[in-house]
Amino acid sequence: MIPAEKTVPRRTKVEIRGLHMTFRTDESEVRVLEDIDLDVREGEFVCILGPSGCGKSTLLNIVAGFLPPTAGGVRIDGSVVRGPDPRRIFVFQERGVFPWLTVEGNIGFGLGAMSREERERRVAHYVALVGLDGFENAYPHELSGGMKQRVEVARALAVNPDVLYLDEPFGALDSITRLVMRSELLRIWHAERKTILFVTHDIEESVQLADRVVVMSARPARIRRIVDIDLAHPRDLSSRRYLELRDGIFEEIGLAHRI
Amino acid sequence: MSSRRGETVLLPLGAGALLILAWHLAVRWTGTSVFPSPLSVGRGIVDLARKGTLGRYSWDSLRRVAWGYGLALTLGIPIGALLGWRAGAARAVNPVIQFLRPISPLAWIPVAIVLFGVKDAAAIFLIFLASLFPIVVATANGVRGVPSMYSNAGRNFGLSGYRLLSRVVLPAALPEILTGLRIALGVAWIVVVAAEMIAVDSGLGYLVIDSRNAGKRYDLVVAAMLTIGIIGLLLNSLVQRVSRLRAVRWGFREES
Repeated sequence: MIPAEKTVPRRTKVEIRGLHMTFRTDESEVRVLEDIDLDVREGEFVCILGPSGCGKSTLLNIVAGFLPPTAGGVRIDGSVVRGPDPRRIFVFQERGVFPWLTVEGNIGFGLGAMSREERERRVAHYVALVGLDGFENAYPHELSGGMKQRVEVARALAVNPDVLYLDEPFGALDSITRLVMRSELLRIWHAERKTILFVTHDIEESVQLADRVVVMSARPARIRRIVDIDLAHPRDLSSRRYLELRDGIFEEIGLAHRI
Repeated sequence: MSSRRGETVLLPLGAGALLILAWHLAVRWTGTSVFPSPLSVGRGIVDLARKGTLGRYSWDSLRRVAWGYGLALTLGIPIGALLGWRAGAARAVNPVIQFLRPISPLAWIPVAIVLFGVKDAAAIFLIFLASLFPIVVATANGVRGVPSMYSNAGRNFGLSGYRLLSRVVLPAALPEILTGLRIALGVAWIVVVAAEMIAVDSGLGYLVIDSRNAGKRYDLVVAAMLTIGIIGLLLNSLVQRVSRLRAVRWGFREES
């Protein structure tokens, strides 16, 4: 596939329409998502930003097909999402690598239908892409948090999905590893041209990564604003425009930018 | 490393030696004519080994355990997996399991004899029953406790039904299943001795009861007991070795 130019208006990949989500138990009813409308274009990197517990993970789980919404729906490439699909892989915030498989076993997990040579070739490619050469036969419990996250990203990429859903993937990493992983993710995104939906509660992270930041309100979550991040990569984190965009979102969320 | 080894090997050996010494002194000081000294038990073991009784009876006991435990394993893991996987099945069967579980396997001895006679099958049936419950319960708990992100990840890669179970759910539950298997093997080894005292006429349990009945040979009784203990220890360390395999060790981290 030829990567689309950024200037060319790209077609809509993910279409979220009138989405509502309410969790009901016997005694109570919790409204989590209200009236979410969002279009994500093919190859776009969209961050969904909101306070902890606002329902942004729920939104991602619905888009990925793990949860049916109370009302409204999601279409991808024009067809309604009814369940999870290998063309769209979810990367879990709790580090969902399989602890009983080696790095190779994890990365090759979704490649069961392939011939052995093809699978080995693909696994080797993605091991190299995420910089895990030499660790092919290591088990996850022998790896650091950042390396496990790389394994999970590689496992997702190996099945060549069109869309990646990332649910606070770097939340559990230390701040230095987090920065490294962000630039790695951008590098991979440039190389592989996936559509990415990335959930985070970290304003800086969203402005560093995304083409557009979808700012959510507290529960029940609605979309407050969608901010275009008109900065080319690699982004200068001390440029005026970067700081302007970042502070704009800080204000939007109602946080004083002082401690 | 070497001092660690010293602690794990020498200390227990020292404790064992002290225990045997205490036993020896206790027999001497009380002047008992019934309870054997360590030395006569040692002679008893050598005696039994020479006659071939010890080997043959150990083999008989192990064979029964292998059958009963093997059957419990082949039936218990699928049953447990089903109960953990399907909430409806668990709701239906759980009360029955909870009702049967507190009944000691030994209470089944008369039933086993009625069903199978004084034969191998009776002992095997008892071992099967005794080891079935820990395996079923551990497998069901393990499968039920698999974090949803693992099964969601499996579904995301296109797996469902049996393939999801075999490639994601069972491997994720394996550490807990292994714990159940280890408990079950310990129980099986306890039950085989009891079963052999009543339901058959060979094996280490039979050796205990026969040595007592045929001439009050308490040296042989204790010799049989020691053999039972040693084999039990070996069986346990065998299962523990399985838990150290790299593919399951992640689930036992608090133990290592």
